[in-house]
Amino acid sequence: MKRLLLRNADGADPGGSWSRDPGDTTEGADRSQIARVGLRLFLVVVSSLFFLFLFAFIARSQMADWLPLTDPLAPLANLWQLWLNSAFLVLSCIALQWSRMAARQARLDATVIGFALGGVFAIAFLVGQLWVWQQFVAWGYFVASNPANSFFYLLTGLHGLHLLGGLIAWSIIVAKFLHRVPLAQLGVSVELCTIYWHYLLGLWFVLFALLASTPETYEAIARFCGLR
Amino acid sequence: MAYAEQAETEALHEPKSFLTKYIWSQDHKVIAIQYSLTALFVGVIAVVLSGLMRIQLGFPGTLEFMDASAYYQAMTMHGMIMVIYLLTALFLGGFGNYLIPLMVGARDMVFPYVNMLSFWFYLLAVVVLLSSFFVPGGPTGSGWTLYPPQSISQGTPGVEWGIVLMLVSLAIFIVAATMGGLNYVTTVLQARTHGMTLFRMPLSVWGIFMASIMALLAFPALFVSAVMMLFDKLLGTSFFMPAMISLGQQIDHQGGSPILFQHLFWFFGHPEVYIVALPAFGLVSDLISTHARKNIFGYRMMVWAIIAIGVLSFVVWAHHMYVSGMNPYFGFFFAVTTLIIAVPTALKVYNWVLTLWRGDIHLTVPMLFALAFIVTFLVGGLTGLFLGNVIVDIPLSDTYFVVAHFHMVMGVAPVLVVFGGIYHWFPKVTGRMLNDTLGKLHFWITFLGTYAIFFPMHYLGFQGMPRRYYVYENYAFIPQSAQELNAFITVIALIVGVSQLLFLFNLAWSAFKGKPAGSNPWGAASLEWQTPNTPPIHGNWGAKLPVVHRWAYDYSVPGIEQDFVPQTVSAEELEQMRQLSAGTKIADVKT
Repeated sequence: MKRLLLRNADGADPGGSWSRDPGDTTEGADRSQIARVGLRLFLVVVSSLFFLFLFAFIARSQMADWLPLTDPLAPLANLWQLWLNSAFLVLSCIALQWSRMAARQARLDATVIGFALGGVFAIAFLVGQLWVWQQFVAWGYFVASNPANSFFYLLTGLHGLHLLGGLIAWSIIVAKFLHRVPLAQLGVSVELCTIYWHYLLGLWFVLFALLASTPETYEAIARFCGLR
Repeated sequence: MAYAEQAETEALHEPKSFLTKYIWSQDHKVIAIQYSLTALFVGVIAVVLSGLMRIQLGFPGTLEFMDASAYYQAMTMHGMIMVIYLLTALFLGGFGNYLIPLMVGARDMVFPYVNMLSFWFYLLAVVVLLSSFFVPGGPTGSGWTLYPPQSISQGTPGVEWGIVLMLVSLAIFIVAATMGGLNYVTTVLQARTHGMTLFRMPLSVWGIFMASIMALLAFPALFVSAVMMLFDKLLGTSFFMPAMISLGQQIDHQGGSPILFQHLFWFFGHPEVYIVALPAFGLVSDLISTHARKNIFGYRMMVWAIIAIGVLSFVVWAHHMYVSGMNPYFGFFFAVTTLIIAVPTALKVYNWVLTLWRGDIHLTVPMLFALAFIVTFLVGGLTGLFLGNVIVDIPLSDTYFVVAHFHMVMGVAPVLVVFGGIYHWFPKVTGRMLNDTLGKLHFWITFLGTYAIFFPMHYLGFQGMPRRYYVYENYAFIPQSAQELNAFITVIALIVGVSQLLFLFNLAWSAFKGKPAGSNPWGAASLEWQTPNTPPIHGNWGAKLPVVHRWAYDYSVPGIEQDFVPQTVSAEELEQMRQLSAGTKIADVKT
């Protein structure tokens, strides 16, 4: 025990897997790798944010005043609009993935077309979401009428804002394409955009699944989490 | 190409004008100073607010403007500023920004532009927060926990504007903290220089690194609660607001859950304690090792303890809610996790003491503050064990015992480290020493004074004196002795508050007139003291990045005359130093 406690006392180099020298490896971190790590960390933060919103959603859904949006006469009884929007987001991700693969093969035209289409489909998704909001308002499902409505606006709105942030990055990259910045310099940006889009697609399906679920599902999740 | 090599060949956002050098700077050192000065500025405001509160408590009626509303507003702003805008910002934005790149051998943070934005968002958050002093109704007076329904109900001070500005300011701060945190974590993971393995990093970096990870995961909880409360306040939703009658009127809300807010708030709030404490643990480890001229005891255990505390701090949050009527099994669970977290924390305290044991202790000002931290943290930590137990917490809840506990453990203790850290690293930042006499005077008044303020509060708490009362007159259960003790505490608090001017004067005077420090006045082994220039110039390291060969704690190495071995000394150079030392000794014997 004494030896264990005093192991570092002589200043010997600590061993173990955390002793890898960051400067030793040829594939060590370059600027693009740093950007990827930064983005992934950011996505962890966004995951934490939405996880906590979903926790609050489940907890609040167990109160007596919750009126489900999936009731036969409620707006989410028929989900075709949300499915249509989802299809736009899926197309957006496919286009960006195509662009990312083309960038790796240094095919400029395909990269640009795929990237532009990715953004256009994402804008279509956002317009579609605003259309759903308009339907909600037209049916009298306002933000403060019921907590289920409040969460619908809040979660779809925040997801939309994240996509809007992505579109700002997308438009900056588009401007660089228009200014003939070489593909070799923009390949990483295209890749980062694509990773972000894929993440937001996955997040959207989680939100969609939750928003379109029945009160029985919420109750089962709440029981599982010890909230009931 | 590895980052370290790439960093040597690439140009680095070289500032070209006064504006880009000092205002819109992307240099981590300038940003650190901007963060620190802003944090100290808001800290002074928070100290003034606490002075006003103490005058009211010690000598009720002295201040005409201090009615119940003003007292609660001062209390809320004092708490929020101290926890978030001073301590979090100073440890992560100030110390983190300055020390991480220098201690891991990087030229700068990996995302300098985002780093710059982080500071400007922080400044915006501060401006929004302080603007609430000037809006109709003033700042919110709902307590720093901002519990609904009180915080957004009529009758609470600042319910119209103050609470909105507070929530918006917090949201902006969280954006700033996220931008900073992404930088700190990615820099540690990706931008360490040759030879700087994770297990060779100084404990300061470990503490700030882990605290940044925790901030990235915990601040979203505050963001979620702030956004949902803003919805309740501005859009009329009922996330947290229950149906109730307020001031004789049925309010428009119904069905909301105030307890849900408490869970979200404390899911942020408890890790926040360690977001402040872990950097303090790290910095104090380095101070003790350097000024006791001895390697830190149990380095790896210290690292694992930091990680363990970080992880465990996410499963103890509901010990702040024992009196909220939770399921007793939950209370049992959170009491157990709270006691478990005491194990790695106690381990750190033992290791600090064992580092001191048979060390060559230099009672410099930084060391005095470090020693004072250990003592203060010990008292605050032990009272935490009391409050962590449900059965003890319930009678002590909402008494001055709690006020004493949290001020000792996460108020005074981290602030002592802040002071110690500033006295220690000021020579690197400015190239000049802080005045030693003023520093010692500042230390003794602060250390003894804060003890005189907070130690008696434990006694007041045991007597049953409740917290959050703006006046204690005419309560039969509060004896006269408590009033006298309150007056005593107030006098001391004012002395301690005013004595901080010594520190501010010392900072300002020494920055220009202080004794030149040289590059390594403390004889420290860690990398930041080995820069070619002091203060370090833009890019930190000149043409070549340093190469690290050892950990940061080689003090009093046997056979070496110089009592520290910098991290940059290789095994061959160390052997040469040994031979040189042996030669010198032989020559000494001969003469």
